[in-house]
Amino acid sequence: MNSVAFILIAILTLAAALAAASLPKLIHAALSFAVTFVGVAAFFFLLGAEFVGLVQVFVYIGAVAVLIVFTILLTRRDVGKNHGFNWGGVAIAIAVFGGLIWAILKTQPLSIAAPPIEALTVKRIGEVLMTSYVWPLQCVGLVLTAALIGALVLVMNEER
Amino acid sequence: MTPALHLFLIVSAALFCIGLLAALSRRHAIFILIGIEMMLAAANLNFIAFWRFGPQPQQPTGVMVAIFSIAIAAAEVAVGLALVIAVYRHYRTTNVDQLNRLKG
Repeated sequence: MNSVAFILIAILTLAAALAAASLPKLIHAALSFAVTFVGVAAFFFLLGAEFVGLVQVFVYIGAVAVLIVFTILLTRRDVGKNHGFNWGGVAIAIAVFGGLIWAILKTQPLSIAAPPIEALTVKRIGEVLMTSYVWPLQCVGLVLTAALIGALVLVMNEER
Repeated sequence: MTPALHLFLIVSAALFCIGLLAALSRRHAIFILIGIEMMLAAANLNFIAFWRFGPQPQQPTGVMVAIFSIAIAAAEVAVGLALVIAVYRHYRTTNVDQLNRLKG
């Protein structure tokens, strides 16, 4: 049952990722990118991390994909040609994939079956975030604020 | 039953390499950002898989790392797209091969 779901999600995710990497039209690639992240969120659900899956859907499909589509629409009148494709990158990617697969299959597995756990509730995540992870949380808030200000400064009009 | 750990690792390695392919071989700046986001998602998938199959799945450590990583990735993509727009305004192109002003 879960194995079937795993295979289906894996095929969906990898096919959408390949489409996002190889489709010539930018807008199609951006939509395939959104489908890829739906697949990754489905993996998170399958692994029992429902909260991370929801965050993934909200952040990536709700914000990042929309942001990318807006950027594509804003940079449409591109005078340079964008159809170059570097085949050296394909060779490097295949080589890295081969190395990773070799390393994964050579390693002794940690445990064959996942141990059963009780569901990780949002309440527990909130408690942990507010107790032992409160400093990282503050730092992430600072980083997000700085990124927001930085992005605004970068796209502000250059008239002086 | 859930599939074993190495299947998740293989899928995540494949996703990482597709992201690497997109980042290395496309010449459009937005494609490069999309590739980087895919690589980050593969890393998050690894964190969650190792948390689930690790010795202490009661501690939500992997989940926390994944949440923080998603937040950092969101900040990164916002700044990256702002840079793409700024570059486009200046040079009227987003092809990274034509951004060679600093080339010796």
